[in-house]
Amino acid sequence: MALIEVAGLTRTFKVRGRPPVEAVKDLTFAVDPGEMVGYIGPNGAGKSTTIKMLTGILVPTSGSIRVAGVDPSRRRTQLARRIGVVFGQRTTLWWDLPLRDSFELLQKIYRTDPARHRANLAEFVELLGLGDLLLTPVRQLSLGQRMRGDIAAALLHDPEILYLDEPTIGLDVVSKGRLRDFLRTLNAERGTTLLLTTHDLQDIEALCRRVLVIDHGTTVYDGTLAGLHRQGGSTRTLVVDLVDEGPAIEVPGATVRRVEGPRQWLSFPADASAAPVVSAVVGAYDVADLSVQEPDIEDVIRELYLR
Amino acid sequence: MIEGAVRYAQIARLWVRASRAYPVSWALLVVGGFLITGIDFVGIWILFQNVTDLGGFDLHEVAFLYGTSGVAFAIADLFVGRIERLGQMIRLGRFDQMLVRPVPLLVQVCADEFALRRFSRIAQAALVLGWACTFVDWSTSRVLLTVLTVVAATVIFVALFVGMACIQFWTIDSAEVANAFTYGGNAVTSYPLTIFPSEVLKVMTFVLPLAFVNWYPSLYVLGHEDPLGYPDWTQWLSPVVAALLAVVALLVWRVGVRSYRSTGS
Amino acid sequence: MTLHLAIARRSFRRYSTYTAATLAGIFTNCVFGVINALVLMAVWKQNPDAGGYDVQDAVTYVWLGQAMLMTIALFGGGAPSDLATRIRTGDVAMDFYRPVGILGWYLAADVGRAAFHLVSRGLVPTLVGAVLFDLTFPSGPLVWLAFTVSVVLALFVSFAIRFLVAMTAFWVLDDQGTQVLATTAALFFSGLTVPLVLFPGWFGTLARALPWASYIQAPADLWLGHEQGWAALAVLGLQLLWAVVLLAACALLLRVAERKVVVQGG
Repeated sequence: MALIEVAGLTRTFKVRGRPPVEAVKDLTFAVDPGEMVGYIGPNGAGKSTTIKMLTGILVPTSGSIRVAGVDPSRRRTQLARRIGVVFGQRTTLWWDLPLRDSFELLQKIYRTDPARHRANLAEFVELLGLGDLLLTPVRQLSLGQRMRGDIAAALLHDPEILYLDEPTIGLDVVSKGRLRDFLRTLNAERGTTLLLTTHDLQDIEALCRRVLVIDHGTTVYDGTLAGLHRQGGSTRTLVVDLVDEGPAIEVPGATVRRVEGPRQWLSFPADASAAPVVSAVVGAYDVADLSVQEPDIEDVIRELYLR
Repeated sequence: MIEGAVRYAQIARLWVRASRAYPVSWALLVVGGFLITGIDFVGIWILFQNVTDLGGFDLHEVAFLYGTSGVAFAIADLFVGRIERLGQMIRLGRFDQMLVRPVPLLVQVCADEFALRRFSRIAQAALVLGWACTFVDWSTSRVLLTVLTVVAATVIFVALFVGMACIQFWTIDSAEVANAFTYGGNAVTSYPLTIFPSEVLKVMTFVLPLAFVNWYPSLYVLGHEDPLGYPDWTQWLSPVVAALLAVVALLVWRVGVRSYRSTGS
Repeated sequence: MTLHLAIARRSFRRYSTYTAATLAGIFTNCVFGVINALVLMAVWKQNPDAGGYDVQDAVTYVWLGQAMLMTIALFGGGAPSDLATRIRTGDVAMDFYRPVGILGWYLAADVGRAAFHLVSRGLVPTLVGAVLFDLTFPSGPLVWLAFTVSVVLALFVSFAIRFLVAMTAFWVLDDQGTQVLATTAALFFSGLTVPLVLFPGWFGTLARALPWASYIQAPADLWLGHEQGWAALAVLGLQLLWAVVLLAACALLLRVAERKVVVQGG
């Protein structure tokens, strides 16, 4: 049986002075234990609303949700023990308390077996590099440190599912990488199911084998990432700076989209490697510099939705 | 219920420990709490430098009213007072986080940032009450009623705090209205209700039953006639009223939470 | 001068946007006004000219107290609490580099706020009180003038005290304790809990000499006509004295704080 089952889920909001807004419309999907799912879509697509319904914060207008066999809106406390949630923009920790006190409070709240709690804490403190931060009040932590604290906090009670709402937002490149490694290890070693909402395509590429695209409240795509690029017809862009201005570059497998002086933008299919295109260009032209741009998730979805 | 109390205690204990990090500030606030409630009684004492009785009650008797209401209110404030911050918790997203945790919501909201330092308000009111009690002509039933009254009054104030705080599920800006009922309720019950017009007394008996906080029981303990002439058993009704108000408050809370979970923030 | 006016006006506008909160506050003011009026009426029933007042004076005093409460920010708040926040976050360092003096800036902001609160949470509850009870009103234009001057001076005194309390944040990590103590003193010695005229003997005399007597007792005595002619000028004079002394203290302390912030880098 699937761990998360969503069928015909709908959530309408009444807005004063305007017609009601359907934030989520007839959403249907299922997630099996151990999966790592990326939940993406433009702003206002309904991602946060879905997470809120999955975690029991919000009650659906219609449709059904079953998480671990339980209806989140009815069995809030029962389900709470088995899930962990990380909100990217707000901390789940207590602002004025030292990190260590927050963790201790959580052990009391979740009634985690003390030995298990200690073992988990030791492991996460080491993996996430929290050792020096345990005595610092949360309000004095940097964003990256706080995020690591939040993730540890969400996992101390061995949840089966971890929801992450924009976890890498505002983090620097190094922190993002470390966080992704940690999540991958978590899934591999403990089999924790991950549902991750994000705007960062690299998060998805690093972590998720499966992608759920939501737009205007409904699923627009449900499958693998590669399939998404293929279906969306998304393209990568090779930005070429020629030594001198010249006519549009012609190489197999790529099309020139734009020319501005010596700089030209070539696009090629997203699931293709950049290497043959690069060597073709470099082989045939005098190139001063070049770089590769990844497809924007917004473009991918826009392409997808327009089809 | 017991389960909820245990969880409350666990959470509260951690906050008490955290407050030990700032001992000077804590001490100042303890003293401050004692003083800020104390001046209310000094005020009453000053009134009695100008009169010998208020509404037919002398200083010791008014002190009894002040003390019973004060102790009950301070206990309620200590354990449940934080619920005044409900609107802020919602706005900062902390309420959503509480919804994701396996602890009853009301327990989490009330135990949040538990401030043990508020015990000094209880101490202050208890001192006044203790002094007032030395002037009372005691019998076993009067002792029993006094104890019952303080317990019932505490429950009534708890119900007021919770019920009125629920306004913040619908509007955060108007939160101050609750103060008129909670702090106002404490203020009103610190005096003999004979100083108010009889219409007010009737409202406080049948509509917003604050008169059951300490007025009716005090008539028995202090040996006064009921100015409205109600039967003697009204003076033992406080626990019943308290239970009723507690049920109402819990219902209002449930409605508020359901409304929040149906409309989001 | 025009800059200060602009600051005051912006502060007024800022507080005027909180419609729901203001209405809720007015309701609370009215409830407490009624409660306190009824209590004092019981006192005056027993002692019809306690403290030299009659019962109508006493009831009027209560409603004046409620009107002054928010105007002079008896419970704290207003511009100085913004200062305290900025000190805690360190933003105050920027304030020292502004071309306008800090004291003038915050005072102007507080005046703007006070003007709004006077009109909303001062005027409206007084009107409600006038409907529910019999109130005494000023007997002539000179009395109105004296009262207005008194209110302005009361605001200055209150501002200075709140400003001094806020400045403790420069030296003390957690100013909650000083705040509570300051509020307690203000609540009691302003005569909000009990009119100062009822304070017995030398205690009453002492209380009338303290700065907090400016908050409610002084304006009330002028409004009620209990202090007229030279006596009225004496009342205003004492208020003025406190205002000058306390504002000077603020300026002095500010200089010390500036050295700490600018030299040590906050």
